[in-house]
Amino acid sequence: MKLLTLNFLTCAVKTCKSSSDSFPLHPKDAELASDDVEVNPELLVNLLPRLDWKALKTTSAEVFLPSCIYPLGFPQLPDSPPTIEQLQSDDKLLKDLHSLLMETNLMEGKLVCGVCGHEYAVREGIPNFLLPSHLV
Amino acid sequence: MEYLIRFSQSHETFRLPELQALAVLEGIDMEVVSYSLDSPFCIIRLPPSSPPITTTTLARRLIRRSILAMSIHELWGHGPDLASVHAAVKSTTSPLWPSYLSCSFKFTLDSYQGSRTSDQKVSIINSFSYLGFMGPIKMRHPDQEFTLHELWPFNSTPLGIPEPNHLYFTRYLGSSLRDLPKKLDLKKRRYISTTSMDAELALITANIALAGPGKLFYDPFCGTGSFPIAVAEFGAVALGSDIDGRSIRGDGREKTLRGNFEQYGLLGRLGGTFTADLTNSPIRKQELGSDGDGVRGRVFDGIVCDPPYGVREGLMVLGVRDPEKTPWVERKGREMYKQADFIPPRKPYGFLAMLDDILQFAAQTLVDNGRVAFWMPTANDEEQEMPVPSHPYLETLSVSTQVFNKWSRRLICYRRIPDKDVDSAAVKAREERKLVGKTADELNPFRKAYFEGFQTPPATTGTSTPAAPATETPPPN
Ligand SMILES: C[S@@+](CC[C@H](N)C(=O)[O-])C[C@H]1O[C@@H](n2cnc3c(N)ncnc32)[C@H](O)[C@@H]1O
Ligand SMILES: [Zn+2]
Repeated sequence: MKLLTLNFLTCAVKTCKSSSDSFPLHPKDAELASDDVEVNPELLVNLLPRLDWKALKTTSAEVFLPSCIYPLGFPQLPDSPPTIEQLQSDDKLLKDLHSLLMETNLMEGKLVCGVCGHEYAVREGIPNFLLPSHLV
Repeated sequence: MEYLIRFSQSHETFRLPELQALAVLEGIDMEVVSYSLDSPFCIIRLPPSSPPITTTTLARRLIRRSILAMSIHELWGHGPDLASVHAAVKSTTSPLWPSYLSCSFKFTLDSYQGSRTSDQKVSIINSFSYLGFMGPIKMRHPDQEFTLHELWPFNSTPLGIPEPNHLYFTRYLGSSLRDLPKKLDLKKRRYISTTSMDAELALITANIALAGPGKLFYDPFCGTGSFPIAVAEFGAVALGSDIDGRSIRGDGREKTLRGNFEQYGLLGRLGGTFTADLTNSPIRKQELGSDGDGVRGRVFDGIVCDPPYGVREGLMVLGVRDPEKTPWVERKGREMYKQADFIPPRKPYGFLAMLDDILQFAAQTLVDNGRVAFWMPTANDEEQEMPVPSHPYLETLSVSTQVFNKWSRRLICYRRIPDKDVDSAAVKAREERKLVGKTADELNPFRKAYFEGFQTPPATTGTSTPAAPATETPPPN
């Protein structure tokens, strides 16, 4: 699963939904894989207003710190989201955002809720959000 | 100027919704002048365009992605008989003739439901000699192709009907993606299941929902991935989920949803897949009524799916059917759920409730003017017909029907209405309504009609059977 998807996923437990700490989910023991994907500026520009930038920064820090696919660390994203115009005119930022969102895949590990602590297992790139009956 | 669209005479009720969607997608202000479900010929009008884009270019763009249109043509004249076609061509198009004086060209006769002898063909073609074209005739790749399209009454040849009902004389402009379904043909796809959606219908669904480059699409009942593949083929990035992780994983090697994307060279557009129950979804949603800016908190440009119809096993969601009678089920869950092989229990759920959940989910996750298109079954008998579900935040745009022997299925498409345009009375009415029901039949009127009304299982014509969610044996995840 591309890291992009993590920006749209929160804890599936209903009682967690109202709390802002249930998003983003925190990768744990993450194994990453990287794909070569053609840069798609149209997509990034379209998605920019829908991205939660703070969550994106969190995700990027959490997955790359312990992983070794970017031994020198993943390029830093700016602290606040760029405007659409800034993104369009900044090739490096486009490229960085693209490799983070579209080329980096979460393959194995867990996604952990910051509120209830529930751990969603990720196997073969597919997280499992099914819950036992006491949590639905 | 008027243009003739030559449709395929199949999936008739899907043709106009697809064409209208493509007009929206291309930003073309198209007016349908004449259209009938019984005819493959449709006349449209396009507004004058502003340079450098010509109206001809707009016409080509309009159908370049169509699955059900075959070609688009400049309409030079039409009428109930050949004489009136000639009169129309002469009175309106003579200023155009000199442009085609010396180019290579070809004349074609396109007779729908009728036929002509070769002698008749020759004399019809010769009757256009006043156009004065002097260029070489080329049967392959001519510069220009002129066609006389004929609409004959049904069964004309056996009935010996001598003349068509209507004729159209046109100049060819461009063609569609009529052959794309072959590329995605289920028969040649690595991984499919009994409920995989036919490639042609999946692509039509993607068109109707406005899938396109730079967009994000989602299928919450993705199974083997027919819809994610179709939207990705049109350039969108696709997410998919299913309550049955096995349907996504397949055999874990070649035959997987991911493997299908690989087969078609679309991996770069597979955003991700996950195992989830739509009624307990991890997707971030925006509370309705919170007056968003039309985008923030809502992530999808489109949602396309074929939800489970719940005919065979009944429809399932996470939960326990009767927690009081079987308290141990939940107790066991509390003790065991952290183990890797734990299988969460499921309970029956209503089909109408599920459709309502899809609409609510769409209202909460689609950007303004984003579209949701889903399939649902219905009985052919009007009395047993299921109503088209509605939602105050969604405008119903089109209902298309594929008819089988004893039942039908519909593709319904909606548009997310921007918050400020939502009818508050409709929102209030929805809040006051509650869906109640306990048995599988009460919950699912289609299942009831299916078992009472038509005794034999539905005969399908080539495409998928009424979806049977794979819940007989619960999946390992
Ligand atoms: C008609 S099939 C869709 C098939 C899919 N279009 C394909 O091409 O393979 C319906 C799917 O919905 C899934 N399903 C059933 N109940 C569900 C639920 N509550 N939430 C999510 N998916 C569910 C089933 O596992 C099944 O794969
Ligand atoms: Zn939680």
